Amino acid sequence: MAHAYTPGLRISERTTVRKERLLPIAGEVLVEKGARVRADDVVAKAELPGGVSTVNVVNQLAIAPEDLGRYMLKKEGDAVSRDEVIAETRPLIKWFRSVARSPIDGTIETVSRVTGQVMVRGTPQAVDVRAYIDGTVVEVQPNEGVTIEAAAAFIQGILGVGGEVYGELVVVGSGPDAVVGPDDLGDDLAGKIAVAGALVTSEVCERAAEIGVAALVCGGFHDSDLRRLLGYDLGVAITGHEDIRPILIMTEGFGRIAMAEGTYELLTCRAGQCASANGATQIRAGVLRPEIIIPVAEGAEQPAGPARAISATGLTVGSPVRIIREPGFGRLGAVKELPPGVEAVECESKVRVVVVEFPDGESVTVPRANVEVIES
Amino acid sequence: MKPEDLKVIVATDCGSTTTKAILIERQAEGYRQTFRGEAPTTVEAPFEDVTRGVLNSLAELEELSGRRILDGERIITPARPGEGVDIYITTSSAGGGLQMMVAGVVKSMTAESAQRAALGAGAIVMDVLASNDQRAPHEKIERIRTLRPDMVLLSGGTDGGTVRHVVELAEFLAAAKPRPRLGSSFKLPVVYAGNRDAREDVRSVLAEEAELHITENLRPVLERENLGPARDEIHDLFLKHVMAQAPGYKKLMSWVGAEIMPPPAAVGNIIQRIAREQGLNIVGVDIGGATTDIFSDFQTPAGEDGLGERVFHRSVSANLGMSYSVSNVLAEAGIENILRWVPFDIDEADLRDRIKNKMIRPTTVPHLLEELKIEQAIAREALRLAFVQHKLLAVGLKGIQRGRTISESFDETMAGQTVINMRALDLLVGSGGVLSHAPRRSQAMMMLIDAFQPEGVTRLAVDSIFMMPHLGVLAQVHATAAAEVFERDCLINLGTCVSCVSKPKAGRECFEYRLTVGGRRREGSVSAGELVLEPLGVGETAAVSVRPARSVDVGAGRGRAIEAEVVGGVVGVVFDGRGRPLVIPQNNRSEILTRWAAALDAYPARF
Repeated sequence: MAHAYTPGLRISERTTVRKERLLPIAGEVLVEKGARVRADDVVAKAELPGGVSTVNVVNQLAIAPEDLGRYMLKKEGDAVSRDEVIAETRPLIKWFRSVARSPIDGTIETVSRVTGQVMVRGTPQAVDVRAYIDGTVVEVQPNEGVTIEAAAAFIQGILGVGGEVYGELVVVGSGPDAVVGPDDLGDDLAGKIAVAGALVTSEVCERAAEIGVAALVCGGFHDSDLRRLLGYDLGVAITGHEDIRPILIMTEGFGRIAMAEGTYELLTCRAGQCASANGATQIRAGVLRPEIIIPVAEGAEQPAGPARAISATGLTVGSPVRIIREPGFGRLGAVKELPPGVEAVECESKVRVVVVEFPDGESVTVPRANVEVIES
Repeated sequence: MKPEDLKVIVATDCGSTTTKAILIERQAEGYRQTFRGEAPTTVEAPFEDVTRGVLNSLAELEELSGRRILDGERIITPARPGEGVDIYITTSSAGGGLQMMVAGVVKSMTAESAQRAALGAGAIVMDVLASNDQRAPHEKIERIRTLRPDMVLLSGGTDGGTVRHVVELAEFLAAAKPRPRLGSSFKLPVVYAGNRDAREDVRSVLAEEAELHITENLRPVLERENLGPARDEIHDLFLKHVMAQAPGYKKLMSWVGAEIMPPPAAVGNIIQRIAREQGLNIVGVDIGGATTDIFSDFQTPAGEDGLGERVFHRSVSANLGMSYSVSNVLAEAGIENILRWVPFDIDEADLRDRIKNKMIRPTTVPHLLEELKIEQAIAREALRLAFVQHKLLAVGLKGIQRGRTISESFDETMAGQTVINMRALDLLVGSGGVLSHAPRRSQAMMMLIDAFQPEGVTRLAVDSIFMMPHLGVLAQVHATAAAEVFERDCLINLGTCVSCVSKPKAGRECFEYRLTVGGRRREGSVSAGELVLEPLGVGETAAVSVRPARSVDVGAGRGRAIEAEVVGGVVGVVFDGRGRPLVIPQNNRSEILTRWAAALDAYPARF
């Protein structure tokens, strides 16, 4: 394979981030175009239909479905309260009267002459959509939501779990290859997005949960710890729905892997600023990666950061690369040579290869598919 | 352009991980596959355009063949000397999976039939809803609302049977106000394939809340299933609602000279064609990055009319695969089932991390022999699980009809009886990267034998360079070209497996064999738990005679000898004395697996 570019993860010191914030159903938009919003501002709200309870009236009254209309006391659209009689028989002797009652507070939604069922819709549930990032409303879709734009540093991770959070960005640990322990987390991390180094363990996650940390960002995580954290084996990489705190964002992969220096430096440069993070990941068509967004504060002078941007173009001699499979998983080097033909590697597979030279002068030949370009 | 005018054909298969391009050219002896190129599929960022991977794979094809195919980002047509092609065709699975919920009145009848229809169409069945599934109505409604499937298949009631229960299910659906997973502006597609007498009631209940598609009842009478129309409807909606979401798909559609096919449909075409033309019972498998598809075409035993019928089944295990879905193989099989195939000691946590890293970086390939062995261990489990799912789906249908008596309908064992008869299996064909690109063909043969556990005498083959999807779509345009390339360039005969089908006693002799090739005899014996390889080359056949020990069955009954003609291949004839079901002793697992691999010379000895 001449072309080899595994996941193109974006890392940008300053870019324009646009986020659509849409309601799950039509509702009300609360902000206008041009408005400045904070991450936790509610920008749109709606009422989700309440849960449905069914009452099998024909069984309860021992009547035929087609006769249901004669016995109903309530019609579709009527409000009812819990235990209120909604249908009854009217026998000559009142003692034989049968009744059907509403199991919940709500509204009669349907009365079926086919099945004899009555559906009662519960009280609507309010749903709020928040801005998620500090920024400006640049587009309003009436009844549906808004688009928010911000100048921000933007970092994608490789895999995350958990949904949206926001908080102050804090760096813990001593560097990109550090392994943070539970004791490294102080109570002052409550509500913050903590950037750890090469590895976070389940013990660290438990400690972070006790404190109330919003998010942990790390180079790697062991799958066995992830399984413990989630309570199940993550089969298909579609995440974001997990109800966990802190959310977890891995920037490199599974195992102990030093966070890429560019990523670590950028996060370190922005420490102390407010950030938004989302662990939602989908490694399939319509790919979605976890993200950390650090908006530029309004009127603030942006501190200089490393001018790095990961690209995912084809390999060229000199391209800085990372090895992304054993042997040498996680090692950084530069393309030394791109042999034109196919070569047999240790397992006897014949593949297109690349010669990578590491900073210590060592060179290795690996399949082109097993490296990613990390900087341009 | 008429089929007979097609001289140069370029075909791609846009898989979930890799886009594979092949060049087919008409030569003096007929159509031949001449060159192959590949590139990563580009549905991911930064490209998010499936056509980029197509162009890259074609660029590699140009580089290798010396033929100019592209003019910038345009495919040159028609073919001229040294440049261009007459037609471009492709398959595509780059739209992700199809997630469905199915519903039927009785869990073991119409709901089960609905599940078979959805699985047969390639769906992941998220939940099976039934009137008698013991869940309260509000629980069902809540479940529908929270799952957000791509599509719902609603069935229930035989024609003329219950209306009330079917409409009740429709009412639950409507009450949930369901929304599809993709595309917030769409209404959720609902396929109704139930009692025809309930159609109007179902329509009136669901008209507001869903995009309703009504098709024939999938269980018109208790004794007959009619899954085809529902499956076709699901397939059409899949293309419109799920695959169409794949980035660049619309552009790809404008390039092709024939309708884009999903790979399972294309491979199914080819498998069915061979089975019927050659009168063989075939199982075919295509193991990809995200899905594993299994196809079977069997001659059923003669019924009361003295005639059997050929039945074709296709299953798509949407979350069993070697890259995007590799972690799900671990989740479904369990770490111990994967470890039992790994011929060396490895820390469980390390193995877990390696599998997950393959999932998040799906285009990487094994470099170390150890990594290759791990991938092949996972492949065995993916294949095994997919075959289990296939057998559950391929139950006693006779064409689209399967007669069941009322008493059989109440008999759960009859309801699940598979038509896959391993002793009657003639040919097992493997396709997909991990099989087609195994560095040694004997590795592919071992994976197929271990995962499918053929019984008696079974021929095995692999798709040489993973081109069955291409040929399946080509068959729609030019059947002769597809058949010629299939015969000459696609199928690589691995050889034949002769296996004992009972559990032989450890340490005892299992069977003796005699192989007669061109008048020369070779004889040997196989002990319990042993694999023996006898060379028999491509194009060679041999008469084989197998005499089992008294308590051993090699397909004809305990202690009964068999005589058969076996076909050679790039590996040869494997005599398998390990018994069925295959059990790997875990106390000396590494030693046993290494011995088996050595018997087939599967791995280089220096590691």
